[in-house]
Amino acid sequence: MRYLTDRKRAVGLGSAKSGVHHFWAMKVSSVALLILIPLFVFTFGCVLGSSYEEVMAYYARPFPAIVAALTIVVGFKHFNDGVQVLIEDYVHGVSQKIWIILMTCLSYGAMATGLFAIAKIAF
Amino acid sequence: MADVNRGDRPLSPHLQVYRPQLTSITSILTRITGNALLVAALLIVWWFLAAATSAEYFAVANGFITSWFGDLIMFLSLWGLWYHTLAGVRHLIWDNAKMLEIETAEKLGWGVIIGSVLLTLITALIV
Repeated sequence: MRYLTDRKRAVGLGSAKSGVHHFWAMKVSSVALLILIPLFVFTFGCVLGSSYEEVMAYYARPFPAIVAALTIVVGFKHFNDGVQVLIEDYVHGVSQKIWIILMTCLSYGAMATGLFAIAKIAF
Repeated sequence: MADVNRGDRPLSPHLQVYRPQLTSITSILTRITGNALLVAALLIVWWFLAAATSAEYFAVANGFITSWFGDLIMFLSLWGLWYHTLAGVRHLIWDNAKMLEIETAEKLGWGVIIGSVLLTLITALIV
């Protein structure tokens, strides 16, 4: 024991059991969304309410399609990281694990669906 | 000495007796808006999937999202999105240990509330 450094003794004892990876991931995705969200709101907002043909033509263009794809990927990753903290705060035990897994499946499922749809419209 | 006063000490703030403050309300709203945005996000993914499938399916999804109920969800989500965005900026500032004084934090709180309403109205007018 006495050969351990103070840092080594403290590592893993916090409530998170690990380092600041989750915190940093939230921070990176939030800064990315700070740029993506205004771009997505105004591109998607402009085309929402248009006809089927107009929507298909609009999302066949690179800029709206890439903005939508990036927003869906980063947005659902950010949601997944965020909802994990929500679940960790209010649900405990086995249900906590089940909820985190379910929400992870939902997040990545929605992400894949959105990407597939945008790719199909674009090509 | 043993803790003879056990059970007779003041308790930490409990929800029933906790006086709501601007900082606590804006904090919980950040969590509520962030997680509630899942509804709008899934609706938008559904809208994209429908557009990629067929004109008929697009009419169903687009019809729902542009109905009065869909409009209400999208409008509230738009406010939630701007609120969560501005509240996120506040967290990015706080993460640098800046503007944490109660007075400044409350000013930021008002900034988030007023800013999100203004941004929502501006966005709704433009798009």
